[in-house]
Amino acid sequence: MLQFTLKRFALAALILVVAVTIMFLMIRAVPGDPVSIMLGPRATPELKARLIAEMALDQSIPKQLLLYFGGLLRGDLGVDVFSGREVTTIVFEQLPHTLKLIFSAITWSAILGIALGCFAAAHPNTWIDRVAATVSVSFIAAPAFVVALLSLLIFAVQLQWFPAIGVGEGFWDTAWHLVLPSLAIGLSWVGYIARLVRASMLEVMGESHIRTARAFGLSERRIIGIYALRIAILPVVTVIGVGMGFLLSSAVFTEIVFARPGLGKLVIDSITTRNYPIVMGAVLVSTGLFVISTALADLINALLDPRARTNA
Amino acid sequence: MTEKLLEIDDLSVDYETARGDLKALRNITFDVNKSEIVGIVGESGCGKSTLISAILRLIAPNTRFRSGEVRFKGEDLLTASERKIRDLRGDDISIVFQDPMQTHNPVISIGQQMVDIQHRSKANKAEKRATAAKMLGAVGIPDPEARLSQFPHEFSGGMRQRIAIAMALMSEPDLLIADEPTTALDATLEVQIIERLKDLQRDFGCAILFISHHLGVIAELCDRVVVMYAGAVVESGTVREIFHHPKHPYTRRLIECDPGHIKERARVLPTIPGEVPDLANLPTGCIFRDRCDQAFERCAEVPPLTRLSDGQNAACWLNHAEEPA
Ligand SMILES: Nc1ncnc2c1ncn2[C@@H]1O[C@H](COP(=O)(O)OP(=O)(O)O)[C@@H](O)[C@H]1O
Ligand code: SF4
Ligand SMILES: [Mg+2]
Repeated sequence: MLQFTLKRFALAALILVVAVTIMFLMIRAVPGDPVSIMLGPRATPELKARLIAEMALDQSIPKQLLLYFGGLLRGDLGVDVFSGREVTTIVFEQLPHTLKLIFSAITWSAILGIALGCFAAAHPNTWIDRVAATVSVSFIAAPAFVVALLSLLIFAVQLQWFPAIGVGEGFWDTAWHLVLPSLAIGLSWVGYIARLVRASMLEVMGESHIRTARAFGLSERRIIGIYALRIAILPVVTVIGVGMGFLLSSAVFTEIVFARPGLGKLVIDSITTRNYPIVMGAVLVSTGLFVISTALADLINALLDPRARTNA
Repeated sequence: MTEKLLEIDDLSVDYETARGDLKALRNITFDVNKSEIVGIVGESGCGKSTLISAILRLIAPNTRFRSGEVRFKGEDLLTASERKIRDLRGDDISIVFQDPMQTHNPVISIGQQMVDIQHRSKANKAEKRATAAKMLGAVGIPDPEARLSQFPHEFSGGMRQRIAIAMALMSEPDLLIADEPTTALDATLEVQIIERLKDLQRDFGCAILFISHHLGVIAELCDRVVVMYAGAVVESGTVREIFHHPKHPYTRRLIECDPGHIKERARVLPTIPGEVPDLANLPTGCIFRDRCDQAFERCAEVPPLTRLSDGQNAACWLNHAEEPA
């Protein structure tokens, strides 16, 4: 298990290095002189020269990349071009808001999706199954930003049940502010997870060991809830791990619609101003988040599946 | 008078398939008495597994019962409530399924699975684990306490089969059904398992319904034999009668090809010329007619399973020779 964990995290680190490199090169491929855009009309040749030197833009691309990784190893992601504050400070200020949003969304949608999927699988091809299927598919079809806008209009503006903007303070207020954004990005996941769990459950329910469990008179609840679900959940864990990437991108929209601070808003704001160090920092952290969550999914799978533990 | 434990009476089962109804079992009739070991023998695909899964209604979703009864201690299981059936499962009747590699839950430890199946017992968890370890020891798994925390994939096929037998015997059932429990094993292990089953039968006094496509094993273990061919019983009787005086040409061919010694086994079942009929599209007349070298005019009609001498039944017109057609 230890060896498996180490291997998995080595792989995660490698993915991160590749991702950062690609991002770094892509940013440099964006047309337009970043320094002029950043400085705007204020640009004077001296100012430009200083900025170029600060950001090492006069160096060759490989050199710049090396410098960046060098900084990265020291935990230094550079400074904000405008405010001069540390990028790490800015990014880690925003990160918790996004994390709360993503984890609340994934938690409620996973619980509901798994329950719905199991329920459908327990009554295959009945009206229950068909209702569950219709609900799931319409949830999947609902894009996050539409749900965000609609829920904002209905529950915040019309009914005024929930706050429309901001993140709130203190536990309950924060939770209260999370409801609508979390609903917006989690809803399609409920449907998606439910479909996945249903398919995976039905497959497992057809396996011989389930017949064995039945042959010993175990209750259907125990069979579905433990004997089948423990196996059917494995692909779902992987999908949720990979899904963190998608969740991050829907979080971008949602943060803008609900005017929530967070990584998404930070990235959009800094791309428009060509604030490279911030963009890189935010992207690095979100990629890291994605890489960590897939690695974590694999580790959870290994914990749940003794076969994966020994084969790895 | 022997006491009847299980009576299979005129059981017919179809599988609904895209090609139409596959007539997997047709008018199956035989009994298992208390503490008796009955063997079912027949080529692959003749419906042995279908038969045993029908007994406890552990059936595939496309299974359809067409006729007959399966009575256990006099009560029909096919019409019994789901509740009643569940009470019997793993308590009065236990099953060892065919494929030992697929029979256990891959992500739950063997110990946990063995504790879970004792759900009817009032004992605490430690006592249940102790019972489980004792059972594993009884089927010859070395160091049973330590192995309880292991997972199925950490055991060999032979061990998994023995674990399945241990699990089935844990509740001291009245009837143990074992579906080809030795097919996946090598010959030495097979002998061991057979010996173990005999011991266990003696110790617990349970009846055993033992399915195999290997006659030698049946001869070694069983009191009576049911010979199946293409979804029907073609002959049944005591081991002695069937092996010494087979009354059906199919049984005769089986015995010719497989001399009935457990140690010099034919790994694959005797090859008899011709093909097994398509169960979705049954031929008329005797089911064995295409492959029977003694077929005659009368075989165009289906021969009934008829009681011949004491306890022996056969479905072949050759045994009716003196009667008028
Ligand atoms: N669920 C099913 N649907 C359709 N046909 C099946 C199904 N299960 C088994 N069969 C068919 O029924 C016949 C009997 O199978 P089975 O009972 O497994 O035989 P055996 O155990 O003697 O090898 C075979 O022709 C097999 O292909
Ligand atoms: S009834 Fe006829 S075809 Fe069938 S086994 Fe007997 S002799 Fe052969
Ligand atoms: Mg079989």
